[in-house]
Amino acid sequence: MRNQARLGFYLLLTPLLLWLILLIVIPHIDMALLSLRERVGVGKYATSMANYGTFFGEPLYMWTFLRTAMMSVLATLITLIIAFPVSYYIAKMARGRTQSALFLLCLVPFWVSELVRTFGWMILLRETGLFSTLLQWAGLVDGPVEMLYNDAAMMVGLVYTSMLFMVVPLVTTLESLDDAVIEAGYDLGGSGFSVLREIVIPHAMPGIVSGSIVVFMLSLGNYLTPTMLGGKDSLWFTELIYSQFIVRFNWELGAAFGFMLLILSSVIVWGTLRLTGQTLEKTMG
Amino acid sequence: MKNSLMNGTVGTGVALSLGLLAHGAAAENLRLLTWGGYAPENVIEMFEAETGHTVEVTKSNNEEMIAKLRATGGGGFDLAQPSQDRIAGPQAEFGIYKPIDLDRIDSAQFIGSMLAATKANTTVDGEVYGVPHVWGTSGLVLDTAKAGMVKDYTDLCGADTAGKVSYRLKRPTLIGFAFSMGMDPFAAYGDPAAYTEIMEQVEAKLIECKPNVKTYWGGGDELMGLLRSGEVVASMAWDTGGWKLNADNADITFVAPAAGALGWIDTFALPAKGKADDAAYDWINFVMRPEVSALITESSGQFTASQGADEFASDELKARFQASFPPEAIDNIKWYPPVPAGLEAIEGGVLDRVKAAN
Amino acid sequence: MRHLQPCGCRFLWGKRNTMTTDLDCNNLTKRFGDTTAVRDVSFSVQQGSFFSILGPSGCGKTTIMRMVAGFLEPTSGDIRIKGKSMLNVPPNKRPVNMVFQHLALFPMMNIADNIGYGLRRAGMAKPDIARKVGEVLERIGLPGIEHRKIDELSGGQKQRVAIARCMVLEPDVLLLDEPLGALDLKLREHMKIELKALQAAFDTTFVYITHDQSEALVMSDQIAVMNGGVFEQVGAARDLYYRPDTAFVAGFVGDSNRWRGTVEQAEGERIALRTAEGLLITSATQGRGLVLGQGAEIFLRPEAIRVAHDAADLAQFDNRVSGVVSSLLFNGAASRILVRDEVGEEIEVTLPQSGEFANLTKGAPVHIGWAGDQTTCFADRG
Repeated sequence: MRNQARLGFYLLLTPLLLWLILLIVIPHIDMALLSLRERVGVGKYATSMANYGTFFGEPLYMWTFLRTAMMSVLATLITLIIAFPVSYYIAKMARGRTQSALFLLCLVPFWVSELVRTFGWMILLRETGLFSTLLQWAGLVDGPVEMLYNDAAMMVGLVYTSMLFMVVPLVTTLESLDDAVIEAGYDLGGSGFSVLREIVIPHAMPGIVSGSIVVFMLSLGNYLTPTMLGGKDSLWFTELIYSQFIVRFNWELGAAFGFMLLILSSVIVWGTLRLTGQTLEKTMG
Repeated sequence: MKNSLMNGTVGTGVALSLGLLAHGAAAENLRLLTWGGYAPENVIEMFEAETGHTVEVTKSNNEEMIAKLRATGGGGFDLAQPSQDRIAGPQAEFGIYKPIDLDRIDSAQFIGSMLAATKANTTVDGEVYGVPHVWGTSGLVLDTAKAGMVKDYTDLCGADTAGKVSYRLKRPTLIGFAFSMGMDPFAAYGDPAAYTEIMEQVEAKLIECKPNVKTYWGGGDELMGLLRSGEVVASMAWDTGGWKLNADNADITFVAPAAGALGWIDTFALPAKGKADDAAYDWINFVMRPEVSALITESSGQFTASQGADEFASDELKARFQASFPPEAIDNIKWYPPVPAGLEAIEGGVLDRVKAAN
Repeated sequence: MRHLQPCGCRFLWGKRNTMTTDLDCNNLTKRFGDTTAVRDVSFSVQQGSFFSILGPSGCGKTTIMRMVAGFLEPTSGDIRIKGKSMLNVPPNKRPVNMVFQHLALFPMMNIADNIGYGLRRAGMAKPDIARKVGEVLERIGLPGIEHRKIDELSGGQKQRVAIARCMVLEPDVLLLDEPLGALDLKLREHMKIELKALQAAFDTTFVYITHDQSEALVMSDQIAVMNGGVFEQVGAARDLYYRPDTAFVAGFVGDSNRWRGTVEQAEGERIALRTAEGLLITSATQGRGLVLGQGAEIFLRPEAIRVAHDAADLAQFDNRVSGVVSSLLFNGAASRILVRDEVGEEIEVTLPQSGEFANLTKGAPVHIGWAGDQTTCFADRG
């Protein structure tokens, strides 16, 4: 009986393990090994840390990485600031059909591919685009305005792409907050701000942190949005990885970059969790 | 001329029939890794009807083709179409192709000089890895009404076109600028130190030029959009792109730069682990027929290495070609020599720094 | 308001025996769209008294409480606390605090922060807050639990902390919204007594909402029975129990045998009614002016009925019924039997606590009887 139960357990575990090992562990080991290879001649390779040396030795790569991380943090913050009131409205104020409709509205952009979504923004922001035309028509500007190919455009795209991933965990945690607890906050003399700061935000913290982690990782790993909306100045770390792999045929350096991204993003996530006093179990569970 | 063409066609037909008989008419699935427009639907239908093979097309570009084949060690595709200068290097480094059996190619269908040049450029250790298919040039695509003053690559950095310029942040741009700056990067291909020196100068120029650039374009459609909307008036791009736009807007066209257009030839190469060689050879011999080549020219806008296909090309395309290429410009085309392995690393550093510059 | 004088001032159950009121609601009405949740309700609560609003769910009692707390604005009417109108005063500015149905303690804070929350909001200095929190914990009998977490407390302890969290602010009125509903029966019985004791200790006006009549009866100085958005009757527990003003109150407060019947005879104060099944019951009109032929609802408390083995022992009662025991409902001191009479009616009867009938078995013949003035009759409405 006990052996049967154990067999069942292993049978259930197998697909998960296979998935983990085949699709996550093995490729990462392969990448790690690849990143430790150095090309010494035509078709000849030696084991060395040279690729990591290149990463730390070239300020450009470090700078690009830092910039990517900072911009991702900023995108996460902006997403949070916009998503929080939206989520609060959906979770606590909207009722019934309005609630579902609003939630659906957040979901709608994800029915089209990221490429199409980004093109949509390009159509709006470009020099001959909708916003520029509207501004000119309203007489607010004299000539066409280019709103594309800068950090702001890139930020708009990143925030837009990430919104849903912030709204979902926030709505979930906010919905679990008993309305009576908020009312108690007011009843005992709290103002709107203090109720938000002392009751709503502490309660929503797991949602805030898990949403932020997801949005941060998505932004950090985004390729399309920064390249298309950021244009000539996008300078995104994933672009570097892409160009090492695809354009330069330098898989070794690309793998090293990939690993640095993995390590540094893990460090940032870990640091955020420590700072906010949250644990991964609490935020993901 | 016409007579000999007829003979040729009949001959090929007979050869094909014989070939089919010899292989017991085994129908294969041809997985073709190619560029957009090189395998139009009508050509595939004709090929499938005639040979019984099926064709599965994956559209790509040089870099991705090499990356894909490298990832699988030359598997997953039966026929690839990289540019002729990008075969020898990756082949020496990664061994992703297998030699072409020239006996199975109907060389009479090829423009002799182009076949010879391609064979020479794609030879590694005495084996030939590529035969030519489509060729073209890259140079300047301009709105001549607004950017008529642009005659050369470096003119893109002039004050007249500030903020209305676009080019790719890729190696053709580096090469073009180098020529335009009076240097010969092709001559320095074999000498990394000299090449690095050239690239450093180009890097400085491109960084200086950066404020002029609206954006570095990534895909052909993106550039078409920018030029069509007038947001960009001068760019560095392929000839066909310019000619396509010319059909809609007579002001926009391809201009061969003073320093010379850059000539490229896309080839046929057999991936090392390809499984449908028969179908691959059948495809090569099929599409090189002049009348089929004409269909490909129509769909891609590019000329092919097929002997006699010009006959079938549209007059408009010929007219545009002649307008862009006066005879001296044709002679001035700089054909890409094979890229030695490792050169990309030097260029890569330059491109990264240009991208990062403010 | 049909059965209430202009205000409840004639009932003086407050401990201080003064006429001061802490809470006055005048002609309070609340409409949600087409439905009227509270219809023209007026009442006053004496300072320091325990006032309950008792009614079935959906009767409008929670709406009244939320209007007093400030979470809902009345459609019309006025709410005054210590004479000051509370209209347009936001909840955080009202001298009223509320103990919520599920207590609504802040799970993200420890006990001290929960209790100190209101004091912090009032801008009190930290050491003062700590002192006050310590004091109030002492008063609720839980000293030294400041740093515990909410989920480390038992149900009863949470209850007390929730009250302390409000009481530390010294509100004029404490509102309690069925706070015992979530507790198990034993604890609920215990907390009834404790709540009453806490109210006495804090000497604050409590307004308590419940659908559980025993909670209201045990704790309250004064109870308002509410139904369909209006107060049916306001009074002390005893009044409601023994002198219900309406059929609803008679049926809702305490257990009753209920019949529907028609007046067959009427002789001054005495009337006789025939139930649908054919049982004839004599009753006093208690001034309700029932006339011959009128339909009526008849209520009779089980404990008002005497049981006897011999019919002769019941001679003094004007209602006498003979039957057999159809069911024994043993419940210790509150044991009852069901008696089936000749016409097939079942009547619930409380057994005397003397143990005289402890050996009664199912099917045994018994005689029951009661005085006509123990029966309460109300004319059918409409």
